[in-house]
Amino acid sequence: MCLGVPGQIIAIDDPAKLVATVDVAGIRRKVDLSCIVDENNPPESCLHAWVLVHVGFAMSRIDEAEAEATLKVLHEIGELAVEREAMLTSEVQ
Amino acid sequence: MKTAPAKGAEIVPLKGDDGLRRHGRLSAKKITLAHGGGGSAMRDLIDDVFISAFENPAMGDLEDQARLPLTQFTGVGDRLAFTTDGFVVDPLFFPGGDLGKLAVYGTVNDLAVGGAKPLYLSCAMIIEEGVEVETLRQLVASMKAAAAEAGVSIVTGDTKVVGKGQADKVFITTAGVGAIPAGLNLGVRQVQPGDVVIVNGKLGDHGAAILAARGDLELESPIHSDCRPLTGLVQALLKAAPNTHFIRDCTRGGLASTLNEVSDGTGFGIRLQEKAIPLREELRGFCEILGLDPLYLANEGSFAAFVPREQAEAALVALRQVEGGQEAAIIGEVTTTGGRVVMDTLFGGARIVDMLVGEQLPRIC
Amino acid sequence: MKYADEFRDSDLAHGLAKAIAEQLDALGATEDNPIRIMEVCGGHTHAIFRYGLADLLPKSIEFLHGPGCPVCVLPRSRVDDCLAIAMKPNVIFATFGDAMRVPGSRGSLLQAKGDGADVRMVYSPLDALTLARRNPDKEVVFFALGFETTMPSTALTVLKARSEGITNFSLLVNHITIIPTLRAILDDPEMRIDGFIGPGHVTMIIGTEPYGFIASEYKKPLVVAGFEPLDLLQSLHMVLKQKVEQRCEIENQYARVVPNSGNAVARKAVEQVYETRAHCEWRGLGDIEQSGVQFNAAFAAYDAEKKFSIHNASVPDPAECRCGDVLKGLAKPWQCPAFGKACTPEIPLGALMVSSEGSCAAYYQYSAVHNEALEEARKAKAS
Repeated sequence: MCLGVPGQIIAIDDPAKLVATVDVAGIRRKVDLSCIVDENNPPESCLHAWVLVHVGFAMSRIDEAEAEATLKVLHEIGELAVEREAMLTSEVQ
Repeated sequence: MKTAPAKGAEIVPLKGDDGLRRHGRLSAKKITLAHGGGGSAMRDLIDDVFISAFENPAMGDLEDQARLPLTQFTGVGDRLAFTTDGFVVDPLFFPGGDLGKLAVYGTVNDLAVGGAKPLYLSCAMIIEEGVEVETLRQLVASMKAAAAEAGVSIVTGDTKVVGKGQADKVFITTAGVGAIPAGLNLGVRQVQPGDVVIVNGKLGDHGAAILAARGDLELESPIHSDCRPLTGLVQALLKAAPNTHFIRDCTRGGLASTLNEVSDGTGFGIRLQEKAIPLREELRGFCEILGLDPLYLANEGSFAAFVPREQAEAALVALRQVEGGQEAAIIGEVTTTGGRVVMDTLFGGARIVDMLVGEQLPRIC
Repeated sequence: MKYADEFRDSDLAHGLAKAIAEQLDALGATEDNPIRIMEVCGGHTHAIFRYGLADLLPKSIEFLHGPGCPVCVLPRSRVDDCLAIAMKPNVIFATFGDAMRVPGSRGSLLQAKGDGADVRMVYSPLDALTLARRNPDKEVVFFALGFETTMPSTALTVLKARSEGITNFSLLVNHITIIPTLRAILDDPEMRIDGFIGPGHVTMIIGTEPYGFIASEYKKPLVVAGFEPLDLLQSLHMVLKQKVEQRCEIENQYARVVPNSGNAVARKAVEQVYETRAHCEWRGLGDIEQSGVQFNAAFAAYDAEKKFSIHNASVPDPAECRCGDVLKGLAKPWQCPAFGKACTPEIPLGALMVSSEGSCAAYYQYSAVHNEALEEARKAKAS
């Protein structure tokens, strides 16, 4: 239910049937695009997109900007914590 | 006496010169029960498919047994190493090899990891009625090439044919003999706390290649089986690290199963470092998609060696010069306590790496 | 691996762990009185164990492993239904790998395969449909399990089958929904949970709005989390931040994959094919109303329950099983009398010992490193 893996769409095999090929670190598989296409996002627009793959379906497009934003926050949280710890340790000394 | 070659066939004259033609006698396209019946059909099969491929001086006159001078063994060592193995694989042909190659290298490796020089193999085949003769020819050609690569000779064998559905295409059982040099005593009981665990290269490829080749997962994968003879690697290792305690090849059940066997056999713990375990990027992708743990995927050309710490660096340098050892790495060490295999994860948290229960299956959760 | 490795960075993990430790101090949590966080989704349980996340964090935080593993909650009777169908002649029974080893009252699908049933493991329901196309003289039945994450894929597969006129294909549906489950957990008087890590991929479909009641009615925070270790740690950090700031909200940590609105196209496919089932039995938890789905009338032709006359019988669990308590986080696996003795991965009594994300299997296999009670169970098994 939960196992989804990020992969990149490298080919649109059949736009009418919504079949594409996804690449996950060099492993390839046909996936169904039904969940990520609509009037504003035709099958062709999925080429090179990064998607979340679950049981042979591309379930969601991965938002690069959000990914970077998340990583940025992670860095900040970690850095702040390390700084605070350093301050505490130096105070103790 | 030579006889004229049959059309398109090449004659391999037999030593002892009784003039029997070997090649070109078998015209059938598929194996039938008659080919196992002991009569002329079987004779044709054996001559045409097996003997003509495996022909070598040690085979002699095709008695019921191969006769091998003891000096072949005593010239190398003071103990006979002797192993047997059964080989079944589905599919028969996969990226990086086939059942024949697997059978030869698998047997050679069982001998090699004991420090033996592998010398001779036997090959008994059980063939399901209906198998294509061409399939057998391909398997035999692979075995011949593998034997040449590994420096061994296949000197005796047997063939049986069973009815449709009574075997899964072809089963191969081998036995192998070699000689162990005097003074060399590799053994699981030699393993000591403080020993490092060295693997010769990237793990999990064989298991992944087989799973992908079965086709039901509909994955396109560039991963090839790591099927290879380990003799050269073992020799290089032992030369650089003569006090190596133990080597085992990591076949079914993967690295994790091998290490658990050692841990169970010695009562010592083994502590692995997840970040040190060499894995191909595609193998990681394969495992991520299917939810598999690479530690449990089978290998056919990878060993785990238990080497005293002070010889570890030298061992690595030596392995990395040999084909199949370029990615050799230290992945962990033997510890005094625990009696189980534990892995420090990427974050320094710890998890147990237990023995596999049943077969590892892909998951969706 | 892009979008995976960056979220497994060990330095960042340590930084987060420090930050979480500070938050726990600020909340006055201790080992005897820890903050209790439940992750509902089995994939999260698996990730926590696989990466040894509990080892990074102080003992003042306790993980409760909830029933979000669709394999773990498979009732025995459902497995029996699978076997009944699989053993019929001319049937190819296709299933995800997870379900192969779950024990029913007469064995598992894997055992049935050994007895001659044509059971095939597939990665995708589309592969089951391919089997139907390739084997027109056989009936292909696909075991459709999973939460809302997987429902769109099975629904879309059925729609595809219908559009292609494929009739030798049906689904045995055991899809379950997360919201009634969450409510059942929250309503349980023995439950003491301080916050939730929400299921990332379920939310990818249903969106964050359905969880609103958890914050508004039950006053518990929930953070929708991704599945990499940094996702989990950040989500914990976000839950604890809410507690420190005395907020109570539904938040989304997994925004790179999960839009707050979920996936409307996917939901539409599900609504076209499925309807809510009045009753649905969960292993160990009993009947949870409205928590399952079944085919609606328009798709009856694809319903294996109708094709094979399956009646939803109920089969009781063995007496010593405490699957329900473990599923609800009320008991730890080693507190079940069968753990490590009558119930081990080799001879499982319940699905929690079979599923790769079941608590029992996870503890048994991954986590005895620091736990004496578990050590005892493992030693007893070895002797």
